[in-house]
Amino acid sequence: MSLVELTATEMLAGLEAGQFTSVELTQACLAQIQQHDGRIGAFLKVLGDAALERAAEIDARRRRGGPVGRLGGVPVAVKDLLCTRGVTTTCASRMLEGFVPPYNATVIDRLHAADAVIVGKTNLDEFAMGGSTENSAFQKTRNPWDVERTPGGSSGGAAACVAASMAPLSIGTDTGGSIRQPAGLCGVTGLKPTYGRVSRFGLVAFASSLDQIGPLAHTAEDAALLLEVIAGHDPLDSTSVDRPVPAYSQTVRQPLAGLRVGLVREHFAAGLDADVERAVRDAVRVYESLGAKVHEVSLPHSKYCVATYYIIAPCEASSNLARYDGVHYGYRTATDVTAEATDDEGALVAMYRRSRAEALGPEVKRRIMLGTYALSAGYYDAYYLKALKVRRLIRQDFDRAFEQVDLIAGPVTTSCAFKIGEKVDDPLAMYLVDLYTVSANLAGIGGLALPCGYNAQGLPIGLQLQAPPFEEERLLRAAHMFQQATDWHRRRPAL
Amino acid sequence: MSDAPYDIIIGLEVHVQLQTQSKLFCGCSTKFAAPPNTQTCPICIGMPGTLPVMNHRAFQLALRAAVALNCEIAPFTKWDRKNYYYPDLPKGYQISQYDLPFSQHGWLEIYDPKGKVEHKRVGITRAHLEEDAGKSMHDEHAGKADSKIDLNRAGTPLVEIVSEPDMRSPAEAKAYLTELKLLLTYLGVSDCNMQEGSLRVDANINLHVHTPAGKVPTPIVEVKNVNSFRAVERAMAYEAQRQYDAWQETGKRLGDVPKTTRGWDDVNNVTYEQRHKEESSDYRYFPDPDLVPVRVSEAEVEHVRASLGELPSQLRERLEREQGITTYDADVLVNQGRELVDYYLALATACGDGKQASNWMQQDVLRTLNETSRTIGQFNLTPATLADLLRRVSAGEVATSRARDVFARMVERSESAAEAMQALGIERIDESELVAMCRELLAANPKIVADLKEGKQQAAGALVGQAKKRNPNVNPGRVRELCLELAAEF
Repeated sequence: MSLVELTATEMLAGLEAGQFTSVELTQACLAQIQQHDGRIGAFLKVLGDAALERAAEIDARRRRGGPVGRLGGVPVAVKDLLCTRGVTTTCASRMLEGFVPPYNATVIDRLHAADAVIVGKTNLDEFAMGGSTENSAFQKTRNPWDVERTPGGSSGGAAACVAASMAPLSIGTDTGGSIRQPAGLCGVTGLKPTYGRVSRFGLVAFASSLDQIGPLAHTAEDAALLLEVIAGHDPLDSTSVDRPVPAYSQTVRQPLAGLRVGLVREHFAAGLDADVERAVRDAVRVYESLGAKVHEVSLPHSKYCVATYYIIAPCEASSNLARYDGVHYGYRTATDVTAEATDDEGALVAMYRRSRAEALGPEVKRRIMLGTYALSAGYYDAYYLKALKVRRLIRQDFDRAFEQVDLIAGPVTTSCAFKIGEKVDDPLAMYLVDLYTVSANLAGIGGLALPCGYNAQGLPIGLQLQAPPFEEERLLRAAHMFQQATDWHRRRPAL
Repeated sequence: MSDAPYDIIIGLEVHVQLQTQSKLFCGCSTKFAAPPNTQTCPICIGMPGTLPVMNHRAFQLALRAAVALNCEIAPFTKWDRKNYYYPDLPKGYQISQYDLPFSQHGWLEIYDPKGKVEHKRVGITRAHLEEDAGKSMHDEHAGKADSKIDLNRAGTPLVEIVSEPDMRSPAEAKAYLTELKLLLTYLGVSDCNMQEGSLRVDANINLHVHTPAGKVPTPIVEVKNVNSFRAVERAMAYEAQRQYDAWQETGKRLGDVPKTTRGWDDVNNVTYEQRHKEESSDYRYFPDPDLVPVRVSEAEVEHVRASLGELPSQLRERLEREQGITTYDADVLVNQGRELVDYYLALATACGDGKQASNWMQQDVLRTLNETSRTIGQFNLTPATLADLLRRVSAGEVATSRARDVFARMVERSESAAEAMQALGIERIDESELVAMCRELLAANPKIVADLKEGKQQAAGALVGQAKKRNPNVNPGRVRELCLELAAEF
């Protein structure tokens, strides 16, 4: 097995045993990127020199017997939606093409503190808006299992780079499924933590009440390790919750006894691909074979999830993205707007309008328009306020379901990875790729996606596990149980 | 009331900058007059990925103001985003409070000791917290149209205090502002420095015109950023007349036209229509998802209430009661601020005469402070030192007129009363010596004696003058008395 195909846990063991160095590991990942990323397009920026320098420093420290952090020398890729000091942070948008933040996201600081080696910034749908990574202003990312297909999105680069063994770990963000859906479509393990579990400071906001940062990895064990590093209270984010971070990387190996697994009646309705349904039901049988009891539960408001999400997320986005106005930083139109300024609005408004028109992509504009409309006087009650009420009902559905079961298991997506271009002209079809994932963001609970099979064309199928708030430990342990009993997570695409 | 052609209805919106070291949602300094954009950080300039975290000190100060304004404090308060585009608004929205302000339904008592304004309560509709925007500077001279943005002020904590439309005259509006400013200064909530923009006033005004068919309201006008209390008074007076004239001309009433905004031209004493049309603004308020709601317990409110200390109205009452001074005098002293009142109280206690202390404070001390541009904290005479002089005046050791010279010297050289008096050669003159001097003067001036005998008392003035020449320490009043008394002997 090649070095790059190891899990992070295996890499750490090898580093500690002196079988290889962080520099060798990093070089191997960089070589993998060099060799394959031309076709995959997972990275917007590769930080080769900085990564090697960092790896050498960690190696030296380890040789001296000095203290080495939890990720001591393991390569990690980061979605380009997280601010990195001195390194461009583009959000895959022309608007922020040359933006170099003077600060790190808290998650980046924590990765540094844990001695991770950051190898690059990964591609995404512009400002994380999209489900296929086709909305990037710079490049499309392709699915390593079939380059004609999308890796999902918006963390498509983050999922693809792990699937293609360019980095064993990566950081994604999930607003409506943006970690779990690409993890499912790329055959890797991805976790969206409970809202508030991970600091959002330095995460460029899309929809603040839904966004959450989480790990992508080959295994639950690795995801547990990465979550342990990035989770925890941050005084810079008042919505980050002040409660202790469990030792996920330790507890992940403990199986769950007497597990009650819930199957959601509404998840198995029309529209679900037969292969996906079969793989999910097989996965549930694996749990039964491990002693779990299966119960049917209902989430009666799940049919409103996508609609609710596509009110709330655009409303917040319309406000969060207002700062990109061409005034303070980022893109400003080069056109002289004097001629097109009307008497009513003046040159200033014309400059705003043109800067935003030129630098923002169609999906971002679509959502800004949706949100602006839904928040405007006269529509607020009918849309935004109503959506908030439904959001509460969705949360109550979960609370009730979790009275009966410990975990909910179900599909991540209705079908496997779709073709590039297949849904790009049909926004509503694209919005439905979030069907099974948005509810966790609306409810603020955690959700995990892991590979549970492959269809006839060899495309990965994902299993989603959901747990009550702050039960990431339960999610990771349950996922690890499954991965102990199966080897779907061991498959690697032929590049 | 009924013979006036209209009633004036005024409500005020006052933005007060809280006296914090740092901004509302980040740690940047709020110091005034720093070079542009030197007091900014990625958070207050709204850089991507940054998040606001509430400054608890700002919330505490705001709570203090609201409790002192008799407001109901909300047990649960949230933050909202007010969305609009402007270059000095870095995030494209202002964090403010919309439908659940942290306080509402209070009142402030206003009165004017000179009796020009009726003693009354003005309702406080609400007081909410919000962050300030930055400052745009437009350089339009020499054909240039450059605009510069200073974001030092962006994120500075403001409390917006919105009154009910309870004021009925420009004088009442001024009295309200005076009392509000005094209260907030006493509470240490704000320095209320209008020149530095820490107190800014927008005034809403309209008229209820008396017609045979009843009172008819005219359209409401908001006069923006009136930057002195005098300007508020004059702007309101101007605007009342202008609205009355407009009413007579157009007959337009409330509801016929949208609320308009006017500016105040302090040089020409007129309000003028502002170009931009703000009436169609849709701020798309919604709860800020980056900030957690704030919960305030009843115990916390009680704690704040207990820590308020003596408010200006209570202090005025106490000075009247305990020091026996008039409402007017108490008002003058209290309006000078707590520090001066404390000085006054120490002085009054030390010299044992509140009335005399009050006179000296209002006349001599305040004049000296004004002339030398000092605050009472910078005054070089301690209350005990000054009290010593006042006691000597009461005991007749020094005449009031001479005491002023003593005071001047004490201030100038930081001397004690005894030192200054000695230096000025002021000694107490023995009564027998004074009687002898008066007899001598009368004997030398038979014409004056004759006048005095005829009842022309003013003739004694010349003798007082001569006595002062012989010995500057004589008490002129006593010399006068003695001369009138002793004239009969001649």
